[in-house]
Amino acid sequence: MSSVDFTWLIGGPQGSGVDSGANVFSKVCAEMGYHIFGKREFYSNIKGEHSYFAVRVSDHEIRSNVNDVTLMASFDAETIFRHFDEVASGGGIIYDSDLDKITTDEVHTIDNYFKERLHKELESKNKPFTIAGVLEIAKEKGVHLYPISFREILTNLAEKTENPKLRGLIRMFNVIAVSLSLGLIKMPLDPLLLSIDSIFSKKPQIAEINKQAANFSYDYAKSNFGAFQYSLTGTEKQPDTILVQGHFGTSIGKMVSGCRFQSYYPITPASDESVYLESNELLEIQNDRPGSTIVIQTEDEISAMGMMIGAALTGTRSSTSTSGPGFALMTEALGWAGINEVSVVITLYQRSGPSTGLPTRHGQDDLLFAVNAGHGDFPKIVYASGDIEESFYDTGRCFNYADVYQIPVIHMMDKFLSSSVVTCKRFDPKKISIDRGLLLDKIDGEYRRFAFTEDGISPRSKLGLDNGVFWNTGDESDEFGHITEDPQLRIKMMDKRMSRLDLVLQRVPQEEQVVSFGIHDITIVSWGSTKGPILDALSVLKKEGIDIGFIQMKLIHPFPTEYVKSLLKDVKIIIDIEANHSGQLGKILKQNVTREIDYFILKYTGRGMTSTEIYDSIKKIVGNKANKREVLSHGA
Amino acid sequence: MALKLADYKTDVHNDWCPGCGDFGIVNALQMALAEMGIERDKATIFSGIGCSGKTSHFINTYGVHTLHGRVLTFAQGGKLANPEMTVVAVGGDGDGLGIGAGHFVAAGRRNVDMTYIIFDNGVYGLTKGQASPTLKLGEKTKSLPSPNTNYNVNPIGLAVASGFTFVARGYSYDVRHLKDLIIKAVRHKGLSFLDVLQPCPTYNDINTRDWYAGVDLAEESIERHARIYKLEDTHFDYSVHYDDETEVNEKISQAMIKSLEWGNKIPIGIFYQNEIISEYSTRLTDKIPNYLENPPSKQKISENGLPTTDVSSILDSLRV
Repeated sequence: MSSVDFTWLIGGPQGSGVDSGANVFSKVCAEMGYHIFGKREFYSNIKGEHSYFAVRVSDHEIRSNVNDVTLMASFDAETIFRHFDEVASGGGIIYDSDLDKITTDEVHTIDNYFKERLHKELESKNKPFTIAGVLEIAKEKGVHLYPISFREILTNLAEKTENPKLRGLIRMFNVIAVSLSLGLIKMPLDPLLLSIDSIFSKKPQIAEINKQAANFSYDYAKSNFGAFQYSLTGTEKQPDTILVQGHFGTSIGKMVSGCRFQSYYPITPASDESVYLESNELLEIQNDRPGSTIVIQTEDEISAMGMMIGAALTGTRSSTSTSGPGFALMTEALGWAGINEVSVVITLYQRSGPSTGLPTRHGQDDLLFAVNAGHGDFPKIVYASGDIEESFYDTGRCFNYADVYQIPVIHMMDKFLSSSVVTCKRFDPKKISIDRGLLLDKIDGEYRRFAFTEDGISPRSKLGLDNGVFWNTGDESDEFGHITEDPQLRIKMMDKRMSRLDLVLQRVPQEEQVVSFGIHDITIVSWGSTKGPILDALSVLKKEGIDIGFIQMKLIHPFPTEYVKSLLKDVKIIIDIEANHSGQLGKILKQNVTREIDYFILKYTGRGMTSTEIYDSIKKIVGNKANKREVLSHGA
Repeated sequence: MALKLADYKTDVHNDWCPGCGDFGIVNALQMALAEMGIERDKATIFSGIGCSGKTSHFINTYGVHTLHGRVLTFAQGGKLANPEMTVVAVGGDGDGLGIGAGHFVAAGRRNVDMTYIIFDNGVYGLTKGQASPTLKLGEKTKSLPSPNTNYNVNPIGLAVASGFTFVARGYSYDVRHLKDLIIKAVRHKGLSFLDVLQPCPTYNDINTRDWYAGVDLAEESIERHARIYKLEDTHFDYSVHYDDETEVNEKISQAMIKSLEWGNKIPIGIFYQNEIISEYSTRLTDKIPNYLENPPSKQKISENGLPTTDVSSILDSLRV
């Protein structure tokens, strides 16, 4: 069986079009029927620092990156220095031959820590500290080199088209790199040309120049580059496939779920979602006048939280989206939402902390923080999505939980998800239901917002509703919402609020709480974006006859203790896999299920896990050669 | 049936100190609501934290007692989601100009159509009398261990500089005047600000009722006069009449200068009004034409439990 599993990597200085190059490449591959899993890595910087994009292409379902790169397209020296050793034997490197003599010292964006490691490696192999040096190592490993002078391409193009301006158009290096790649792997060029047309639809002249460069480079690669064992000639197209970016799941999910108010303060990687919501603020509504999402950029995250709560009190489905530092500022108001039983959804796109941490890098560092966020005891839900497609449907669930249980819901996402670009099944809005719980449209007679009821949930009025006057306070309150310090009433009110944690566990269907992908002697427990790499690693292991179980935790607070206990009862070895230092889910699991975690597979470099890394670690565990803490480190 | 003043009062026990200036503000607010005939369920009083924060519990409309310093954020969210509702936010000067100063400035920039009333007494009453942002440098109120080491915030000046489009000052012992100011503030199209001088009888032994009344001045002059005087008695023209930069700048400067007057003569009344600057809902309507007819709180989002939002054109554009 010759299945396609190809990883293309493009890198360059930030601002040089790495992203658009990769997006075009992904789109071309997706149009040809392939499954795509792409990930973007970038510095906290606007222009100049190294960014890269690894796009994995396959003819079967993939949910992760692997360590090996099949073809690297580079147009600057830093990409080569940083990634040459990721290219597998038999793979290829397209590079700008003008860079051969560049030394590591000449690339100012290479930091000393990386340089030292690289020099050590080059020294040990007796190679000069130059591009030629690292490429020799690659060549000796069996990597094919495809040198070409990017400047010469521009010169040739300028002569051919009698347009001397083209000579200096280094902004087209990304298009050239993509076109050379397509030529080398024998993919059609037309989808790229169409993409150029749509990207530059308002600048036809620029589109024309780019298309000329694309044609020229593509032909050049086809006729001048030597043989390459990989080609991507297309595969059977899957019906109903979409190509999505990381934040599309939650943002389109919010539109469909009826979220009509979103307040936010700019923060990486969360604000992409809010900007996307605002870009699509006008909504088409079936059999009704147009709707809209009011998106407000606030002065800080405290205000984002306050505005969201204020909007939610009017009965509007309201939300905010933030990352760790912003969420830290929101926690006081989170408690206010808790004591006032306000239905809100906070989408928490985690990144690496603490503090500003690695501001543009991945991490699942905030699980314990989310579970414990806010002072005092109050109920909340912490719910985690494992991939982009799932996050669309989970967004719908989060709004329902918030409405039905009248509590704040924290929807856990992360940077790995947000900067992925993947193919998945077209989101199906019909699979999202809308349950507003006990939200009232009409009130007659006396009304008590926090009336004691059998299950602790009171019918909910909204600001402006006829006869529905109520009060809110951050103080303890009586049934009307007025301040009380009565000790007996305090017990009743605390019990009323806290009892809904049990209701959540009783009423939320088990398949929404935990997803079991099979239970075996060795079983992984994990949450969030590790899902994809775990599943891909497990399917490779399965082919080797190694069965590993996996349960994906989605509802993390309240923790479904009894259900998880029952799932794990026959498991001999528990592996906890997380992108943080302390194994945060492991701690929660231990606390609730009272079982030790046998192995931790952890990564806190700020880079997402690859399925290769997880596969390797599990092999070590199976072979009894693993440490209790396996710490992963792959990725530039 | 017309609503009476009594309809706007709750039976919640009011635990403010006897003689507190806050009483006058609550009374004025209830009188204003009654006079404007705003239905109880069509108004929301948002409040901050501290003595003034309890205000919302004493008024029989929707009442949202929020967090310290954050009242404007909650209030703006509520108003933006349900623009039909009358929104009044209240809080202390520590709440709005200390911990909440960032929100104060940002709210001015937005100019959402609502009213913000600051109960300005120079101290943090509920925490036993620490200096608040409006207390003057070097003043030592009763419970301060040593004189205040910070310069004071000028609430009127800050409001004008931040973009509030109606800026006025009231005095809590002139309830009728204050009631009239509140009505004007609520009817103003845009964000209105009322700085209400409110003696704290327990902790501020400097700016007392007698002090505002000028009792001490009687000793120095033959004729006793109150410190407080009304701008409207001086033919002070606070309003921006034309969409003209020179006029706007003039009115802003004039308000700024007036706001610095303090000591033996303290002006109350309207300092500045500008209804030419667009109110936030107009800015929203520019991009969302039916925002006011179909605001977030009125939008229908589902039918029989299924979403009615049609995202097919977005999903089509992502199709491969």
